[in-house]
Amino acid sequence: MSCGFGSGVLGLLFGCSWHSCRQFYRLPAMTPNIDSRAALVATPRVSRLGEDALLFLFTATGTSTPPLPLQQRLWAVTTELEARREEMGLLEIVPGMGNLLLRLTASNAHQIQTRIDVLTSRVLNFWNNPETASSSALNTAEQLRHTITIPVTYGGEAGPDLQTVSAHTGLSAETIIERHSAGLYRVFCLGFLPGFAYLGGLDPALAIPRRATPRLSIPAGSVAIGGSQTAVYPSATPGGWHIIGRTDTTLFDAARQRPALLLPGDTVRFVATGSTT
Amino acid sequence: MIEISRCGALTTIQDIGRHGLRHLGISQSGALDPIALQQANLLLGNAPGAAVLEISFGPLALRFEQDCAVAMSGSSFAASHSTPDAAFETRLLPGHAAIIRSGETLTVSKPLVPGARCYLAFAGGIDVPMVMGSRSTDLNAGFGGLQGRALQAGDLLPTGPSSQHQVESGKGIRPLSPSHILRALPGPDYESFTTDSQILFWSQPWRISHQSNRMGLRLNGSALQLEAPRELCSAGVLPGDVQVPPDGLPIVLANDAQTIGGYPRIANVIRADLWQLAHVPPGTSVYFVPVALEEAIAAKERQERYLQRLSEYSQRSFT
Repeated sequence: MSCGFGSGVLGLLFGCSWHSCRQFYRLPAMTPNIDSRAALVATPRVSRLGEDALLFLFTATGTSTPPLPLQQRLWAVTTELEARREEMGLLEIVPGMGNLLLRLTASNAHQIQTRIDVLTSRVLNFWNNPETASSSALNTAEQLRHTITIPVTYGGEAGPDLQTVSAHTGLSAETIIERHSAGLYRVFCLGFLPGFAYLGGLDPALAIPRRATPRLSIPAGSVAIGGSQTAVYPSATPGGWHIIGRTDTTLFDAARQRPALLLPGDTVRFVATGSTT
Repeated sequence: MIEISRCGALTTIQDIGRHGLRHLGISQSGALDPIALQQANLLLGNAPGAAVLEISFGPLALRFEQDCAVAMSGSSFAASHSTPDAAFETRLLPGHAAIIRSGETLTVSKPLVPGARCYLAFAGGIDVPMVMGSRSTDLNAGFGGLQGRALQAGDLLPTGPSSQHQVESGKGIRPLSPSHILRALPGPDYESFTTDSQILFWSQPWRISHQSNRMGLRLNGSALQLEAPRELCSAGVLPGDVQVPPDGLPIVLANDAQTIGGYPRIANVIRADLWQLAHVPPGTSVYFVPVALEEAIAAKERQERYLQRLSEYSQRSFT
């Protein structure tokens, strides 16, 4: 899928050096289509998850990666709620793919229904009227985003499945590396493992169904493709994605002030540091 | 210092868990039965959320190199303590504090009645480093507790400072009786299931699979069916969510569950009943019972009042 990034963003990124694995740039103020209401669903669906939590679905089911403008609006709502976490008594604020899970703090069960009602109307209000949110949450949300470059060793021992992906896609290993590292990815949300980022923006030509038999362990730092998504594994885990490379970048460190390297809204770019195809 | 001299399959250090971090992919962890956690701690004058041992299987043997008050709660396990040359062993009663003397070994063997987990608290709490606001072991991510793993023989447990001379032997808290009935609210995807499956979900006994763990209880029974196949976007999930993967057999998510999932959710176990997930052993069955939202909230209120009374009782005892 294409995430529809403006050429301004691409130009900015191509102009920078790749030597540091963690560089922060402000995205230009003119972010793509951020206010195009056309791409947004008319009425979000709100479900109760137990007595103290809500699930807001902002996108129709059936699409694994929501349109970027929709997800950008979701990040803006998230930023707004983060700023009011205490005031609104929010315990968890978890953006998903085109959806948002909110859980209230446990205290004062007898007030829970009132708090849920207030929360529901405020979230829908933020969603429908992002310009009324404090200090233009949409722009603030965008300006907080970082661009992070992740150096990757593709193929060989670091990427044992590169040849499999090559056989499936009909592309040479060199072309796969070129296309994967040419991509500009956005972190849609985190989950699955601490610091695991769901990335949007994989070249559709690189898509490949998951392995029939999952590996017992995918090493930490593995860069992999599963279905139409690509990801970096912050820690070792069993999994069925195809490993095409590895990075030494630490994606999650519980002792770090910012434990997760990648946060929703961040832009990610992979750069080939060498490959043994 | 307390040394683990023998350790069953799964004993971990847990406290109240990590909250407010699910957006980073960090699971809750923490004691599966937070009520038992608080009971054991309050018997010792600890902070209610101090770190304790969660014991899934015996036997567990602990050698004490210092006097230390302990309290056991949760499912009733047989436990006793003695010195190596003693003529008899002293029983450690569930829900009662006792002082274990330096040189004694405390052995927690097996459940007295079918049950799955018990909790063992130490005066002062287990003093391992805090990781992201909690001492709980995150087994999947490999941090918290002791090196992010289950305990094993040879491990040493440091305890924090305490006022254990105030612990009165013989003073107890009656453990709550877990039931095999889990009250639940219809989940966000309830209507996507066939009417037959909706009825089946509430009516059939669901047998707990042996593949259950701290991530979730896997249930066996007649498979549930959706009206039509659905592709859901990945979305945040919570402990208590009842997910139904394509095989139609539900999974009740527990504390170590991942933060995001993509399976339809037929129901959510009410918060006041989540502690019972700790005490339904594999091979036994559970039933789901639908309740009104008001009843779920009222049950949570009653639980809060119970914990409040427990805390007041503890404060009177230890001040």
